[in-house]
Amino acid sequence: MADYHWPPADKRFLIGKSFTRLDGPAKSSGRAKYAYDINRPGMLYGRMVFSPHAHAKIKSIDTAAAEKMPGVRAVVVMFEPGKEVLWAGQEIVALAADTEDQARDAARAVKVDYEVLPHLVSDLTPEKAGAGRTSAGSEAKEGDPDAAMATADVKIEGTYGAGIITHCCLEAHGQVTEWEADKLTMWASSQNVTGIAGEMSKALSIPASNVRTITQYMGGGFGSKFGADPWGPACANLSKKAGRPVKMMLERDQELMEAGARPSIYAKVRLGAKKDGTLVAWDSESWGTSGPQGGGNPPIPYVMRAPNRRTKHTAVLTNTGPGRAWRAPNHPQSCVITMCALDDLAAAIPMDPLDFFLKNIEFTGERGKSYHEELLKAADMIDWKKKWRPRGTQDSGPVKRGLGLSIHTWGGGGHQSNATCTIHPDGSVEINIGSQDLGTGTRTIIALVAGETFGLPLSAITVNIGDSRYPASGASGGSTTVGGVSASTRRAATNALNELLAKVAPYLDAKPDDLEAAEGTVRVAQDPGRAMTWNQACAKLGATPIAAAGQRSLDLISSGVGGAQMAEVTVDTETGIVRIEEIVAVQDCGLVLNTKTAESQVFGALIMGVTYALYEEKLMDEQTGLCLNPDMEFYKLAGLADIGKFRVHMMTGPGYDERGVIGLGEPPVVSPGAAISNAVANAIGVRVPTIPITPAKVLAALEGASGTGRA
Amino acid sequence: MNDERDDRPLGGSSSPPETEELEDAKGLSRRSFLKGAGITVSAGVIAAEGLLETASATAAETKVAGPGPVAITLKINGKEHSLELEPRVTLLDALRDRLDITGAKKVCDRGTCGACTVMMDGKAVYSCSVLAIAAQNSEITTIEGLAAEGQLSPVSDAFVEHDAQQCGFCTPGFVMAVTAYLKQHPNPTYEEVTHGLGGNLCRCGTYMGVREAALDAAKRLSGGRA
Ligand code: FES
Ligand code: FES
Repeated sequence: MADYHWPPADKRFLIGKSFTRLDGPAKSSGRAKYAYDINRPGMLYGRMVFSPHAHAKIKSIDTAAAEKMPGVRAVVVMFEPGKEVLWAGQEIVALAADTEDQARDAARAVKVDYEVLPHLVSDLTPEKAGAGRTSAGSEAKEGDPDAAMATADVKIEGTYGAGIITHCCLEAHGQVTEWEADKLTMWASSQNVTGIAGEMSKALSIPASNVRTITQYMGGGFGSKFGADPWGPACANLSKKAGRPVKMMLERDQELMEAGARPSIYAKVRLGAKKDGTLVAWDSESWGTSGPQGGGNPPIPYVMRAPNRRTKHTAVLTNTGPGRAWRAPNHPQSCVITMCALDDLAAAIPMDPLDFFLKNIEFTGERGKSYHEELLKAADMIDWKKKWRPRGTQDSGPVKRGLGLSIHTWGGGGHQSNATCTIHPDGSVEINIGSQDLGTGTRTIIALVAGETFGLPLSAITVNIGDSRYPASGASGGSTTVGGVSASTRRAATNALNELLAKVAPYLDAKPDDLEAAEGTVRVAQDPGRAMTWNQACAKLGATPIAAAGQRSLDLISSGVGGAQMAEVTVDTETGIVRIEEIVAVQDCGLVLNTKTAESQVFGALIMGVTYALYEEKLMDEQTGLCLNPDMEFYKLAGLADIGKFRVHMMTGPGYDERGVIGLGEPPVVSPGAAISNAVANAIGVRVPTIPITPAKVLAALEGASGTGRA
Repeated sequence: MNDERDDRPLGGSSSPPETEELEDAKGLSRRSFLKGAGITVSAGVIAAEGLLETASATAAETKVAGPGPVAITLKINGKEHSLELEPRVTLLDALRDRLDITGAKKVCDRGTCGACTVMMDGKAVYSCSVLAIAAQNSEITTIEGLAAEGQLSPVSDAFVEHDAQQCGFCTPGFVMAVTAYLKQHPNPTYEEVTHGLGGNLCRCGTYMGVREAALDAAKRLSGGRA
C-alpha cells in the first residue's frame, strides 16, 4: 500500500523543485478567461448607482427616467428608501443596458433624494470622534507593567501607525450571471467559488443545487473577494428581469471606494528596557477604523511580547467604507507599531537593533530558535554587521542611507478541502477540486502533488478547479489553500493509487504492498526490474476508471511560520524621497512544494510591501467625507523602477520540511512596512511615525513638526 | 462623481503625454519633477521614451460623427472588422465588448495602468484612451495577434519561464508593452528595461519576473534575427 505521508527528502521526485505555472501559457498569451472576459450571447452590461454622500438617509429613489433611457433592459433597487447609507460609494440601484455607455448614461438618470447626515472620516483622534463613534475592543494585562516600567533604565514613548489602504485588485469585483429556467450560472471574480454558490442560493431563495459558480481565473483578491457581495444577487436579479445574461463589474472608483479597505491602526506606545537591552514592559493604547463596523483586536505587541504588558484597543466607527480582510489581516499594521517602537527603544539604549532583537528573542515564544536563525541569515545576506551604523552618524551629504529590520508570523493550516482523483484506463489522470487559483500557483501545486504520488510528470495530470460542481473546498484566505488542496490531493491520489496497485499486483506476481509507482512505471519496490509502464498498468483497468476521494488531513500540514526581513534605503533629506536599495527576506513555511512559485509569492509580497510602506493610502476628505483618490493616478502603486533589489531565502530542510505544508500567501507581506520604516529612521535619525512614508512626512519629521516616536 | 469617466479626449491621443504636461503648484511639470527626483511611482503617467508614444491622431477633421452609431472598420490582427458603434466608444470597449477580443483588460480606464495596452502600427497605446473611430486607419495588434492559439510568442514564453505573472490580469498589457518596447530597443540594459516598462502596473508584484522576462525575450528575439 502506498503511504500518503510526504516522502522523505531522498525519495522526493517533484516536491521542492522549481516548476513554471501550468496556467502560465494561457495567461501570458491573453487567452485565459477571467470573469471580466466572459461574453455571453445577448449579454447586457450592468452598472450601479452609488451614494455620493458619506452618510445620508435615502428619502426617495426615482428610476422612471432611467428605465426609459436607450438600451435599458432592467433596473433593480438595491437599497430601500428610509435606510441610511454609511459611506460614499455604497450601492443604491443597479441597472442593465445593451452597452456599457448606455448603462453609464442611464445611471446618471436615476434620481436619489438624500437627507445628508453628519459624517466622520477621520480616524486620527478617537477622543474627538464623538458620541457613539467609538467601540471598545480588547483590553489585556499580563504581569505588572507599571512596576516593571519603574525598573526600566531606558523608556520611550511614541505614536506609530498605518492608515487605510485598499485592495485595488486589478480585476474589479463583479460577475456575469445567466439563467436557464430556474438555474443560475455565475462567473465570478472570487476567492471562494464553492462558498459563494451557497451564498447566492440563500440570497435568491433558490436551491443550492440550482447555482453553479465558476472562477477559472481571477485578477487578484488579497482578502477582498470572499463573498457574493450585494452586487452578486443584484446582477442575478437584473438577469432574471431582463431575461438576458448580465455582466456587472465595479468601475475603478467604486472598487476603490467600497470594495476593499485594510483598516487603519495607530497606537500610543510606552515601553522600557534594561541598560543591557532586556525588554521589560509594554503599554499601548491603540485605535483604528474598519469603517462602520466595530471590533478589531490587533495582535499588539506583535511577535516580540514583553513580559509585562498592558494593551487596549478602541475601534473608531467612521464613514470611510467597510474594512475587508487584507492579506494577513491586522498583522502589517501591528508589525509597524511594534517593530518601530522596539527599534526606537534600541536606538535610545543605544544598541544595534539586530543585537537587541537577538537579546530578546525568547519573548517571541516557541519559534524563537527559528527567528534567531532567520535574523542571522538575513543579516548575512544584507551584510548588516558591516553596513549598519547608529542613527545620527551619517555622512554629511543630503542623501542618507539606513538599514532596518523586522520579524513576523502567520498561521496557515489548511482549509477544509475535498478532492477526487480519477485514473483512466488510458493512463490519464484527473484531479477535481472546488478550489480556485488566485495567482498563487494552486493548479500547479495540485498537479505536482498528484505527479509526486504517481511518479508522473506534471504534464500528465489534468487539474480541474474553479467550479462549484467540483468537490467542495474552502475559501482561499489566510494562506490555507496550499495546505487544504495539497493534503486532499495527496489523500485522493494515494487512495486511487492503492486501488490501481491492487488491480495490477497479480500481473506482476506481487502483493500490492510490495508495489510502488515511480518513474512512469508501476514496479516491485525491492525489484524494480519487475515493472510495467504506467499506461500498461492503467490498461489493466479494462473499461472502468478508478475514482477515489480524499479529504484534507491535518497530519500533512501545519500552521505557524516566521520570517525576518531587512531593508536598506536611501533618503533624500532635501526632497523627502525614499528609495529602496535592497530588501532581503528570509522565510520559513514548512515543506516547500514548488520553489519557483514560492519565491514569486515572496517577491510579490515584498513589492506589495514597498507599495504600502511608501506610496498607497486611501485619502479621505474631512469636509465632504469623500475619498479623494478613487483612481489609479493618485491611488499609487509602485512601478517597476520603484522596487529596488530583492533577495529571498526559504528556510527548508531538517527542522522545517517535516512540519508538512504551510501556506505562504500572507507572511512575507507583513514585515516590509516596519523594516522600511526602521531603515528610514536609521537613515535620517528621526522616526516618521506612520506609513506610508511620503516625502511630505519625511520632511515634516525632519523639521520636527511631527516629532512623535522620537527616541 | 459617476460621470467623470466620460471626459475622454477626442481624437485618439493616449493620455500620458497630456498628463505629463500638467503643472503643479510650484510650476514644475510633473514629469520633470519626477524625473529630477528620480522617483517613479507615478510611472503610469510617464511615457517612457518610445514605449507609449502618442498614436498619431487621426480623428476625422472633415465632418462631425455621431452621437448615434456610425459604421467603422477596424483592422485587427490582420483582419478587417466592420462595426456600428457610437463615436464615443473606446478601442478597448470595441475590442472587448463588440469583438470578444478580451486579452486587453480594463483596469483604470484612464491611461494609468497599461493593462489595456495594444499596438497601433507597431507602437504601444493604451486602448482605453483611444477612440475606436480614431483607430480606423491603423494596423491594430492585440495580444491574440502575437501568436496562433496554442502557441506562444517569444515574449509570452519568457513570461512563463520567468514566472512574470501571478493572477495574470496585468500580464497581457505587460506582454504587449514589452513586445513594442523591444521593437524599438532590441538590446536594452537592465536599467533601460526598468524605466522603459514604467507605463504598466501590477498589483501582485511580478516586476522581478517581468524584468527578467523582458531581458530574456530581447536575447531570444535578437538571437532569432541573427
Ligand atoms: S491604462 Fe487603459 S485601462 Fe489602465
Ligand atoms: S499578476 Fe496580478 S496584477 Fe500583475
